[in-house]
Amino acid sequence: MGFENFGTVSFTAESKVADFITQLEAGKVMATRCRKCGGSYFPPKADCPKCLSSDVEWFEVKSKGKLQSYTVVNYGPSGFENDAPYILALAEFDEGIQILARLSRDIAEKDIKIGMNLTVNPAKLPDNRIAYEFKRV
Amino acid sequence: MEDIAIVGAGQSAFSRSCGESIRELCFEAYKEALEGLDITGNDIDASIICSAPEYDKQRSPSGLISEYLELTPKPTFYVETVCSSSSTGLRVAWSLIKAGLHKVVAVIGFQKMSELSSRDAAERMGRGGDIIWESPFGVTMPAGYAMYARAHMAKYGTTEEQLAKVRVKNSHYGVTNPKANYRKELSLEDILNSEVITSPLKKFDCCANADGSSCIILARGDVAKGISKTPIWIAGLGAATDTMSMAGRESLTGLRCAQEAARQAYKMAGIKPQDVDVAEVHDCFTVSEILAYEDLGFAKPGEGAGLIEDKETYADGKMPVNVDGGLLSKGHPIGATGGSQIRTIVRQLRGEATEAQVEGAEIGLVHNIGGVGQYGNVTIVRR
Ligand SMILES: [Zn+2]
Repeated sequence: MGFENFGTVSFTAESKVADFITQLEAGKVMATRCRKCGGSYFPPKADCPKCLSSDVEWFEVKSKGKLQSYTVVNYGPSGFENDAPYILALAEFDEGIQILARLSRDIAEKDIKIGMNLTVNPAKLPDNRIAYEFKRV
Repeated sequence: MEDIAIVGAGQSAFSRSCGESIRELCFEAYKEALEGLDITGNDIDASIICSAPEYDKQRSPSGLISEYLELTPKPTFYVETVCSSSSTGLRVAWSLIKAGLHKVVAVIGFQKMSELSSRDAAERMGRGGDIIWESPFGVTMPAGYAMYARAHMAKYGTTEEQLAKVRVKNSHYGVTNPKANYRKELSLEDILNSEVITSPLKKFDCCANADGSSCIILARGDVAKGISKTPIWIAGLGAATDTMSMAGRESLTGLRCAQEAARQAYKMAGIKPQDVDVAEVHDCFTVSEILAYEDLGFAKPGEGAGLIEDKETYADGKMPVNVDGGLLSKGHPIGATGGSQIRTIVRQLRGEATEAQVEGAEIGLVHNIGGVGQYGNVTIVRR
């Protein structure tokens, strides 16, 4: 299986990094690292454009992230109408990567501060869909 | 050095719904671009058609537009970098002429967005990002810029009121632009009290989807002098990119593609930011104009809001910006937008602007951005 059940609406399914979904279902958010040159990637890449190797390994994003920015989306595009309002956010992690995801609904808007610590965790969505989201530390 | 010129520049009216087909829409801009020139369609050696796909059903629109304008059997092809498609088209046209393949090239941009509902259009724009990793979260173009706005506010203390002042200015000039879709002057209160679309951006911080077309005709220098009494010379070109995904961005307080494109264009033109007399910048959102002030070097990083606060970007200020009303007033028919910005600057340098004319303008700059800072083009022209 690939990305067909990823997020509220997925637009394509097949990818060489579809193992990401299997690991997400097992409770882990993973990124890839090139075994040859050490380049690390999120979004995960199956190939390393730095050294042209396709020998990559998975590693878990375990560190605390820092919130870089966010927005409360009140107007969802087609397919996301029923999700709004939702909060999109970008966070930077110690593993040298950034991730875009939604903030967990248990974080109130008044408690959001740029620079606050977050973790990234798998999130079950309705209809057997799955994503990841940011939670407060 | 300055051996390629813009000889013609036209656009259709930009509207919420044009009520015509894309071929007819393109004709309007083409006609205005050719008016007053000593050439006909037979003298155009090639055409470059620019738009973003999936808004109308036509596949391979370049063949269709070329047929309607009777440009066959001359070569035609399609260029796309979303919202900056037609300034990318201009760069390609310049290269074709420079390479000696063609003498006169037409760059035609169009978009008919009214065939989609605004939610469907937002979904298309959302897919102008990373469709595996980010679009499934409900990312939209306004949301991307909203994150830039929030980061700029947090780092530099820029306020929602300062963002709104950009719209106050642009709505003021939009009133005078007969091609603009939105021609009502807005007060600071109107803007601050409008509904929040994606915080901190409100309805009036955002430009509107529109139908429209633009056409720019470029010619080799010797030919240009024979065609036009007032050729506008291309002095500097810059183009750059940033990551498709938001996760790949190094900073959310400026657009790296714009900074890099500006650096290239200033270097090629041999000028500094303060030499620019009038500029058109990509104000798809109010925050985008403030980022542009900084990315183009009109203000230091973090000090962009000061320019609008001090009204320095009004027509009588130090650095007039978007005195045709900008995208915020004109509307933003994606593929046509860059050409419309270039048309405004051409008219300014010719002293023919019907909107606020910047007196004696000799050097003009166009900043046109594709997506949420994925593609950046900066074009410098002189009289
Ligand atoms: Zn590598």
